[in-house]
Amino acid sequence: MTAPTSALAELCADALAALASAADEAALEQWRVAWLGRQGGRVTGLLTSIKDQPADQKAAFGAEANRLKRDIEAAFAEKHEQLKRRTLRELSTTEAIDVTLPGRPQVIGRLHPVTQTLRDCVKTFGEMGFRVAEGPEVEWASYNFDAMRIPEDHPARDMWDTIWVDKLIDGERKMLLRTHTSPNQARVMERTPEPPIRVIVPGKCYRQEATDATHEWMLTQIEGLAVDEGVRMSDLKGVLYDFSRKMFGTERKIIFHHSYFPFVEPGVEMALDCFICRGEDPACHTCHGTGWIEILGAGMVHPEVIENAGYDSNRYTGFAFGIGVERVALLRWGIEDIRHFYQNDVRFLSQF
Amino acid sequence: MKLLLSWLRELVDVDLPAPTLARKLIDSTAEVESWETIGADWDPERIRVAEVVAVEPHPNADRLRLATVETGAGRQQVVCGAPNLAVGQKVAFATEGALLVDGHTGERAKLKLRPIRGVESAGMVLSEKELGLSEDHEGILELPADAPVGRPLVEQLGDVVFDITTWANRADLLGVLGLAREVSAITSKVLREPDLTYAAKGPDVGALVSVSIEAPDLCPRFTASVIESVTIGPSPAWLQERLHRHGMRPINNVVDITNYVMLETGQPLHAFDFDLVRGKRIVARRATPGEHLTTLDGVDRELDGEMLVICDGEGPVGIAGTMGGGNSEVSDRTRNVLLEVANFKPGSIRRTSTRLKLRTEASLRFEKGLGPEMAEYAQRRALHLFEALTGGRIASGLVDVFPGKQPPRTIELPAARVEQVLGMTIAPDDVRRILTDLGFVCHFVPPGHYTVQPPYWRPDVAIPDDVVEDVARIYGYDKLPATHLRGPLPAPEPRPVEDLRERVRDLAVALGFQEVITYSLTEQAKLARVVEPGDARRMAPLSVVNPVAARHSFLRTSLRAGLLEAYAGNRRQHEGPLRLFEIGSEYLPVEADLPHERPVLCALLGGTREARWARAGQHRIDFYDAKGAAEALLDGLGVPASYRPEPGYGLLDGHAAVVASGKELLGVVAQVHPDTAAAFDIGEPVFLVEFWIEDLARVLPERPEYAAPSRFPEVRQDLALVVDVETPAGRVLDLVRAHRSGTVRVAAEVFDDYRGAGLPEGKKSLALAVHYRASDRTLTDDDVARIQAGLLKRLEKEIGAALRGG
Repeated sequence: MTAPTSALAELCADALAALASAADEAALEQWRVAWLGRQGGRVTGLLTSIKDQPADQKAAFGAEANRLKRDIEAAFAEKHEQLKRRTLRELSTTEAIDVTLPGRPQVIGRLHPVTQTLRDCVKTFGEMGFRVAEGPEVEWASYNFDAMRIPEDHPARDMWDTIWVDKLIDGERKMLLRTHTSPNQARVMERTPEPPIRVIVPGKCYRQEATDATHEWMLTQIEGLAVDEGVRMSDLKGVLYDFSRKMFGTERKIIFHHSYFPFVEPGVEMALDCFICRGEDPACHTCHGTGWIEILGAGMVHPEVIENAGYDSNRYTGFAFGIGVERVALLRWGIEDIRHFYQNDVRFLSQF
Repeated sequence: MKLLLSWLRELVDVDLPAPTLARKLIDSTAEVESWETIGADWDPERIRVAEVVAVEPHPNADRLRLATVETGAGRQQVVCGAPNLAVGQKVAFATEGALLVDGHTGERAKLKLRPIRGVESAGMVLSEKELGLSEDHEGILELPADAPVGRPLVEQLGDVVFDITTWANRADLLGVLGLAREVSAITSKVLREPDLTYAAKGPDVGALVSVSIEAPDLCPRFTASVIESVTIGPSPAWLQERLHRHGMRPINNVVDITNYVMLETGQPLHAFDFDLVRGKRIVARRATPGEHLTTLDGVDRELDGEMLVICDGEGPVGIAGTMGGGNSEVSDRTRNVLLEVANFKPGSIRRTSTRLKLRTEASLRFEKGLGPEMAEYAQRRALHLFEALTGGRIASGLVDVFPGKQPPRTIELPAARVEQVLGMTIAPDDVRRILTDLGFVCHFVPPGHYTVQPPYWRPDVAIPDDVVEDVARIYGYDKLPATHLRGPLPAPEPRPVEDLRERVRDLAVALGFQEVITYSLTEQAKLARVVEPGDARRMAPLSVVNPVAARHSFLRTSLRAGLLEAYAGNRRQHEGPLRLFEIGSEYLPVEADLPHERPVLCALLGGTREARWARAGQHRIDFYDAKGAAEALLDGLGVPASYRPEPGYGLLDGHAAVVASGKELLGVVAQVHPDTAAAFDIGEPVFLVEFWIEDLARVLPERPEYAAPSRFPEVRQDLALVVDVETPAGRVLDLVRAHRSGTVRVAAEVFDDYRGAGLPEGKKSLALAVHYRASDRTLTDDDVARIQAGLLKRLEKEIGAALRGG
């Protein structure tokens, strides 16, 4: 009884010949259905016919048929792999794409550079334990000036050119666009029954001022205020030193020099060592050859301001500072003209 | 304030280079804005002092002369065209090769000598222009008579001029003396005060003039002196030079002395022609409302009842501390001078000069607060100069009315306060030395405090911390350590609206929008394009009195105008899709109170995206892109919302929806009306998304509505529902999503909206993907069929929906 065996060999040869002629994955799939398909596949049919064999030949036939199936399956797998390789080869050769064509534009949103800088500043002070508060942009003159020890007919008012709101209350002009965030020193203390206070107040301010490359009439400030027992000017220096190194690089140096703001005593201005020319270029546009970049005003809260809040100025001391966010942004990114910020040209904004 | 290094050196020895001195002044005293070196390029070999010893006519030219000058190295003959050349003058003389400014071209060039009209010239007698001192090329520069012949000009006339901005509380620094005192304290060099001595040879001044103060609240002190028989003439060259360098025009010796002493001491003075002072009497009083005075600048000024005027026996002769009157002005004919040196209340002077719009050198000093004792000091200094420079006879004594005299102020400064405020200790010896150098009287009283008397020229020093500042700034802030804040942290204030605002800002960015920041002030006409005319509050924005420009006159009551402008501006520069947003405040007027600053997100989008490569076509941004952004934003916040059509001002009807969550209105999604867009110069469809942050905050869930992901698979069934064309898809979705069956949740999306062939008239087909999921089991086909049947029944009942082809 060799017939079944030779029939199987013939079948096997047919299958392999058909397989060899399958030129692509579609032909291969056709072949697979024809030969190995669950329903009507010729090899599958062969296996189901085992049970129909005479009892004495069942075992031999079954073993033979199964071997044949394994061989054919192996050949299929090899052919499949071959074709897959070829397809992949083609993808990387004849079907290679021009990767230098631009991609499809995807939209990316960005924060305004002033917002980014503001947030970086807020985060830096936040890490030092400063809370965040806000106050009104349209402000009472009494907060903006009087509470800050800048009475009417005081020449210090020249430091802040004011835009006044055209509204009379009790026959008086009392409302203005805040010229600085400092009135929030008074506002925060007013609603804090007792220190400690450690807060920053960011927000927009306005000045009646002609604009140029370094002056803009709408500006963003961050007011800082810390009041408690044992708050010292050296702490102010420490806080601003940390801030400066976070924003402008770990090797930054800072100096304080004397200044005057009616609501602080002593009053100082802080400068950074010039990281553009390192003090070596007498014509440097950033530090004007001085080696130092003035960046913010600060000082110890005037005892009168502390007393006005109802605190004992012998017990509590405090410091305050005011940072111009646009100025920080100008410096950190080397922007040459402050007016870019509020012209809202996406060609400018999308660079940050 | 200008500061001449040469003048400073008269009062204190300074050997620091200009940049070092400037740095020290900045660190401790005042802002040095810049400095200019005079004579930096004057060749010391080739430009020297010479004396004119002879002047003769030029043989060939009427307008030229031949001058013989003694140069210190022999006599030289030069040709000179200056009309003011005279024998005996000291002049600046340049020899060949000296670098000079060409008098005609203004260019810098080396001097080349050639014969002028046939006569050799050995050098050149220089004008100010050739030295780069001024544009004056008319006459030669005349040097002081005592200038040594042969001295390099740079030594005679070279200088450094510092431009200094002083603080609003330091009138004393508006005088060279005050700055010299600071330099003396900073560098520990001795201060040499100016000479105040003179011999009073005239009659008792009290017999010549009387002074009364009728407004002692505005005039704490008034001193007067009389100088008789002055010879009016030009001031000496050195004095004129100093005035020049301070930007003041020399007038005559009397007026120049008053200006000079003001520059020196910071105390303004005023000289009257005494013969024009009627009644030989001075009265300081409030002006009568409506009273007039013509001031020295020739302007007739109307005064009000709060202004202090200086009057003679008949009427005003000066506005106190601001400007004198023309009626008593010193002139060439003046013989006798009344010198006023007074002290006025700073606020009053400030008010007067502000009202009159008349800021003068005097008012700028008075408004900062001078010590009243300065008046007498300046009197004596001026009289010293009157004696030396005018030949006048000084009346004996001073008229001195001093109603505001105060005892010396004493400040008790606990030594511990220095460390409490500064965070560093300063040794008592240093404290005492610094304060003494600054003119304070300071005693250390063991164990631990200082008794301090501030000098009279420092009325700004009032409290212990003022003294601490003076010590600290001279001691040097560079010595201040950098320390860490100690102590407990305060509790944070809750700020839900601000926190939400920042989340919304981040979501807008995540959705591909570029943040812009527009000005808070705009024009009413622009607001009117975007604000509902019936919105009384928004149509009556607050205006400002003094806008920086007319287009920034009104506090915005809507962000839309500014954003549309920003959109238009960018569209001119940019193809393709634009997505812009701003989060800022609307300023809504409130009766008799500050406006409500209402935070709003306003976003605009529009434009066309090219599909590019492999995919064809264009995608024009439309309403559904805007709505998709709004939905994603609310989804990001976990706020459920519904949308309903509602017209809005400046928006396109039928393409506008309000967004609501429950009863709370949250914002708007709409196409901007093409007319409105066109008014802002936008010619394409542009879409608006606006959310009102405070309203959003009210519906914001405290935390996300969390449910653990189900372990059981979801079943998706697509339904094609035929409904009336008018039925909004939102209504269908609401019904489907609201459907519940036991633990089964139903989620749904619309993925097609079909109208046309195959449907009955007035109907549309909505294709829905409906997702069923149970939290407790795997749904069977039967489950789904049952729930769907219930859902369809409900849809039929509520909106007459039928299954398409069903």
